[in-house]
Amino acid sequence: MTTATQPLHRRLGMTDEEHESVVGILGREPRPAELAMYSVMWSEHCSYKSSRAHLRRFPTEAPWVVVGPGENAGVVDLGDGWLAALRIESHNHPSFVEPFQGAATGVGGILRDVFTMGARPIALWDQIRFGPLDDPKNRYLFNGVVSGIAGYGNAVGVPTVGGELEFDPVYAGNPLVNVMCLGILRREQLVLGTAGPPGTVAILLGGATGRDGIGGASVLASASFDDESQEKRPSVQVGDPFEEKKLIEACLELYRRGLVVGVQDLGAAGLSCATSEPAGRAGVGMEVDLDAVHVRESGMTAPELLMSESQERMMAFVAPELVDDVLAVAAKWEIDSAVVGVVKVGDTLTVRHEGTIVAEVPAASLADDAPLYDRPMQRPEWIDGVWERPAERLGADAADVLLRLLDDPGLGSTSWVHEQYDHMLFLNTVVGPGSDAALIRIRGTDKGLAVSTDGNGRLCYLDPRNGSARLVYEAALNVAVTGARPLAVVDNLNFGNPEKPEVMWQFRESVEGISEACEALGIPVIGGNVSFYNETDGVDIHPTPVVGLLGLADPMPETPPRLSRAVAGMEIWEIGPPPTGNLAGSSVQRIIHHSMTGRPTPPDPDSAIRVVQLAAELAHTVPVLHDLSDGGLAVAVAEICIASGVGATLIETDGDLLFCEDPHRFVAVFAPGTLPSAPELGRMVGTMGGDDLVLGASVPIGVAELTETHRQAIPRRMA
Amino acid sequence: MKTAVVVFPGTNCEQDVAHALTTLGGEVELVWHREPDLSEFDGVVLPGGFAHGDYLRTGAIARFSPIMAEVERLAEAGRPVLGICNGFQVLCEAGLLPGALIANRDLAFICRFVELEVTDTGTILTGAAQMGQRIRIPLNSYEGNWVDPGNSGRVALRYLDDPNGSQGSAAAVANGEGNVVGIMPHPERGVDELLGSGDGRVLLEGFLHSLVPA
Repeated sequence: MTTATQPLHRRLGMTDEEHESVVGILGREPRPAELAMYSVMWSEHCSYKSSRAHLRRFPTEAPWVVVGPGENAGVVDLGDGWLAALRIESHNHPSFVEPFQGAATGVGGILRDVFTMGARPIALWDQIRFGPLDDPKNRYLFNGVVSGIAGYGNAVGVPTVGGELEFDPVYAGNPLVNVMCLGILRREQLVLGTAGPPGTVAILLGGATGRDGIGGASVLASASFDDESQEKRPSVQVGDPFEEKKLIEACLELYRRGLVVGVQDLGAAGLSCATSEPAGRAGVGMEVDLDAVHVRESGMTAPELLMSESQERMMAFVAPELVDDVLAVAAKWEIDSAVVGVVKVGDTLTVRHEGTIVAEVPAASLADDAPLYDRPMQRPEWIDGVWERPAERLGADAADVLLRLLDDPGLGSTSWVHEQYDHMLFLNTVVGPGSDAALIRIRGTDKGLAVSTDGNGRLCYLDPRNGSARLVYEAALNVAVTGARPLAVVDNLNFGNPEKPEVMWQFRESVEGISEACEALGIPVIGGNVSFYNETDGVDIHPTPVVGLLGLADPMPETPPRLSRAVAGMEIWEIGPPPTGNLAGSSVQRIIHHSMTGRPTPPDPDSAIRVVQLAAELAHTVPVLHDLSDGGLAVAVAEICIASGVGATLIETDGDLLFCEDPHRFVAVFAPGTLPSAPELGRMVGTMGGDDLVLGASVPIGVAELTETHRQAIPRRMA
Repeated sequence: MKTAVVVFPGTNCEQDVAHALTTLGGEVELVWHREPDLSEFDGVVLPGGFAHGDYLRTGAIARFSPIMAEVERLAEAGRPVLGICNGFQVLCEAGLLPGALIANRDLAFICRFVELEVTDTGTILTGAAQMGQRIRIPLNSYEGNWVDPGNSGRVALRYLDDPNGSQGSAAAVANGEGNVVGIMPHPERGVDELLGSGDGRVLLEGFLHSLVPA
């Protein structure tokens, strides 16, 4: 319970020990503005104080990495002078408190992370998770989040080309809203978040600073939810996509013309971060004048100005002789600008307000001296018991099960969501939403970028390490079936309360699993985000790491595989290790059995590498390739039937094998005799044709019924 | 023959339109909304996006941008003037096309391919197409529902399966002379089969053919 009688540092979300550390750094009691700065910079959200020690485990190096973790976005080399920037972020708590603005500002923030690097943002993905749609509260949150993403993304003019959707009761009290952005740039346009040499001028560009979002990072994002959380609504920021659009164009012109030394966006921790981090990176000091900041309301205090998370703001670091040019570019694009500071020799960040010094701190200490917690870990005792109870067998008619799976909003068509998003702008979306991976071409080259995002809370609950590794392998296979080879990973680690040893164990295991899989595939982690405290009233979410994987197709297949390219007479092949029939962690358990037991089939790195290579090769000749994941072979073939408008007959009659979600498998559909030899690791499992999908002895299901069931899974619940 | 593609703050389809017209052999220049003189241009396109943020009624602010006086002058001189999506909304607000665009029937943004039918070949957009020709291109709008209380619009293209409630299922509307046309779906998104359709080409080619030296 927060009361005015508590000391300021506690009201700002700091522990007594953290307050003591600040006193140690400064050699005196901090002023209120200083305490405000440390409180936001040392928040879990900004400092990763509970996770940093573990994140060092990630493999982060590869010859094609240009910028690794730690900057605003990771950057990789695509060859021929092209670079790609990729970043993923969570906006979980703001979206629960205020779904439209929470999701909208999540989009705005991730865009800034990418165009801060000098890149033009070219595509967005959203990974969203809610409680079941039979509860009106969850429908309200789901609708609000989708509207917020659409409202911001469409208006700012960056297409949303894919994402993920999951519904599970565990997210009812704590929905997850992750957003990922991809940008591209020419190598010479790369910009880093550095303040530059002494004399460099700091210019604040974009939106005016107000009281919105104060303490968003420390109070809202770094604490658990309870009944009082709705009172935190004022901590949610409000987005203005029009301002952001102008800011993007203005910044890209600054980069094109080489007018800036460095750039830092203002997101979490606002001005505190956008001054101290660039100064710390450059090893310099800085003087900042808060009276110069353009504000949207009067009477703001120094702590408020330093903590505000008002959106659509960027800090540009500019050589003195180019200041007028930068101000002219801002005026042309009709955005506000203000010279707010200058870089100084030394390492002190000095902040003035109304003529007096309100903060005087070592700039780098705000980022570099943040607390580092080695939180206790404990393997949960229940996990052995869960593993000892194998998953139930299917025990139901395969056709009935298939229709129930296709009617599930997490497995049915996502068109209700993605048709609200502009997913075609820029004329680059070769393969769009509703596919294994989106495929984005780079015009004027033969290159295509394939991106997949994958998460699975139930799989990671049952086995955090292997479940997390499987996400990486699945994402890699998803990009491979569009013809791309895996290049790099970003991750968004959504977990519960890190002060609970079992949650920390889940976290450590997950980091280990992602690392092992990346090492096996030879790809680096180039960035990520950690979201802790996803618990409500003491109940933690399932461990839900989300993996975003970027693949490069060079050259891109002339006619990339699509689910819609199957025709009658084609053969259906399953490629990969034969399935075991294990249903642990599967969609059948979630939707049919309502259970969560057994140990999911662990990944096999050798098979993973082999199938990724096979798929990427076949993508140049085979008309349909489809990763086998949620709902197994039966759902994968049903999706091909729906997209292509043609039936199929599967030879497989064992229900467990039809719905098993064992890893490293994909389906290939092609006309007989069109491949020089039978695909490696492959077995023919059926043929396309007719108007029905026939699963063994079950009653055939008409493609029209499959299509309608799949299409209505979300709309019939939202009507 | 040169086409001006107008860029308001918040416009976002200008590069796509320029790319599509250039691919089809057109000569194109992006022109900022403060430009007071379009005399060197033979035609104008107002592309899609969210001009001035569209926080008020769509196009309500854009119609007062300095460039709009020039757009009106060209329209009155019989030059080809094409508004796509948000550009259609701006042309209605400016009074260069009849009617107005209100929120979609289902109150949701719609981004997907739609099927159209050519219902009038006497406009600068449909001059290269055949009567009754089917055209499949993407729609991408929230306020795409055209209403025309005066029944004075000339419907150049109609939806086969009306997605948004437009009067007469109108997808593209022309003024009486046929030189000013607004279209809600995006022909520039339909010039490459790799992206799903090449059907928009015949429309943009019609526009380019309609240009005559100033």
